[in-house]
Amino acid sequence: MTRQEILDELKIVISPYTTHKDKLAEMNDDTDLLKDLQINSANLVDIIIDAEAKYDIEIDYDSADKMMNVGTCIDVISEKLNEKA
Amino acid sequence: MAKRVVITGMGVVSPNGVGIPAFLNSLQQGTSGIKFMPHYRELNFSCQVAGMPAFEWSILKDYISEVVLHGLKGTNIGYGLVAALDAWADAGLERETVEPRWDTGCIFGNSVADTEAMKNVITRVDNKEVKKLGSRVVEQAMNSSVTSYISGRLGLANKVMTNSAACATGTQAILMGYEYIKHGYAPRMLVGSAEHVDTYVYGAFDSMRVLSRKFNDEPERASRPMSATAGGFVPGSGAGAMILEDLDVALERGAHIYAEILGGATNSGGQRLGGTMTAANSVGVVRCVTEAIERSGVHTNDIDLISGHLTATNADRQEIQNWVQALGRRGDNFPLINSVKSMIGHSLSAAGSIEAVASVLQIVHGFVHPNINFEDPNPAITDLVSLNNIPTEMIKKEVNIVAKANFGFGDVNSCLILSKYTQ
Repeated sequence: MTRQEILDELKIVISPYTTHKDKLAEMNDDTDLLKDLQINSANLVDIIIDAEAKYDIEIDYDSADKMMNVGTCIDVISEKLNEKA
Repeated sequence: MAKRVVITGMGVVSPNGVGIPAFLNSLQQGTSGIKFMPHYRELNFSCQVAGMPAFEWSILKDYISEVVLHGLKGTNIGYGLVAALDAWADAGLERETVEPRWDTGCIFGNSVADTEAMKNVITRVDNKEVKKLGSRVVEQAMNSSVTSYISGRLGLANKVMTNSAACATGTQAILMGYEYIKHGYAPRMLVGSAEHVDTYVYGAFDSMRVLSRKFNDEPERASRPMSATAGGFVPGSGAGAMILEDLDVALERGAHIYAEILGGATNSGGQRLGGTMTAANSVGVVRCVTEAIERSGVHTNDIDLISGHLTATNADRQEIQNWVQALGRRGDNFPLINSVKSMIGHSLSAAGSIEAVASVLQIVHGFVHPNINFEDPNPAITDLVSLNNIPTEMIKKEVNIVAKANFGFGDVNSCLILSKYTQ
């Protein structure tokens, strides 16, 4: 999967957790989940769980800790998809 | 000096009406909210009827953000939010705030946290899937969940607490809010209670054989307080909420005043003198009612209407006996008495707040709602109280003072004295 494909799908995963739909629409690698999308920090866990289900991957605690902006989210998901492949 | 406390807003989610206008209409028409529950039959319940509000989950999008709604599962939280936010709007108060509302507290009760939410936890943990639980479980499994969702939505920042006293919870929440304002600690309190009809809770009552089981084919006739065929209570659910205010504060902001709370009392029979975990000690009940009346500065003869606990069990007769003793009134001289449970069943912790809302509506609109299904009076009750005082049709009349009481498991009691507001 390309980074762009993952980003497009990530938008759908993140959507229920942010009311800032304009920021979501224009999100890119630098978009910060907490600061830019105003996601409740507790909800980061839910996004990870949803991503795990969506891609049928397992995201360990250390990897999850890196997922603070869209770019690092895509990094972790790509890495886990490659490990699976 | 003690403050006077008035009711300036109300909201309700009841089996026979969601929202005050629908609920008022059902009370006046004597409309039952009891329905057959196929799920109870599948589960081999002896009681297969219940009062479940016609609650559209999707209406919550008008009450909370879509982010909060996503992942919200707790039905009691949904009920409580709607009743509370409706009461808030009814009182003419703004919903949104940036600053915490230091002047407003919240006392909202429930008996158990949502057991469907707990089931999700138990199943996943037992399946070794704890990592999949996510962030929203704890906030919905807390006993203080309902209160937390309400106070968070409105920014309520004075005393915020959850009370739990079985069937006495709702009236007790209102009483505690009243006392807090009366003593000058807060000018405004959002009070009430919520309960969800839940098979895990009502299964336990079914096993105790205290639920109605002979009217499964006639759900609307199943809840029969004070009747000879009263064969157990019908599960109910919902939420009731009120905005209580210091009278001076209410007048200053030009609030609409529904009624005044004159006083009340809550106690326990201590599970002594005949009181047990599941039976009320009559001495405690009489004492609770007597104290409520004394503290309200009214005379027993001033009580126009009793909104009874009256669940449709064997306890009904003893309850009437206790009222007779507490008021020193019997026969034709007994006040009018009715039971909202005849129409909606017994909503446990939500019962007191829903019934208190009904009491206020009868004061405001000048009527006494009927006791439906009172076709075969229990002779032990009519020996004490004239049939004329247990109406089976709606009566239009001025109602000035209502005694609203609830008595619960654990031998706990709570009684409110509600009055028409006069300057």
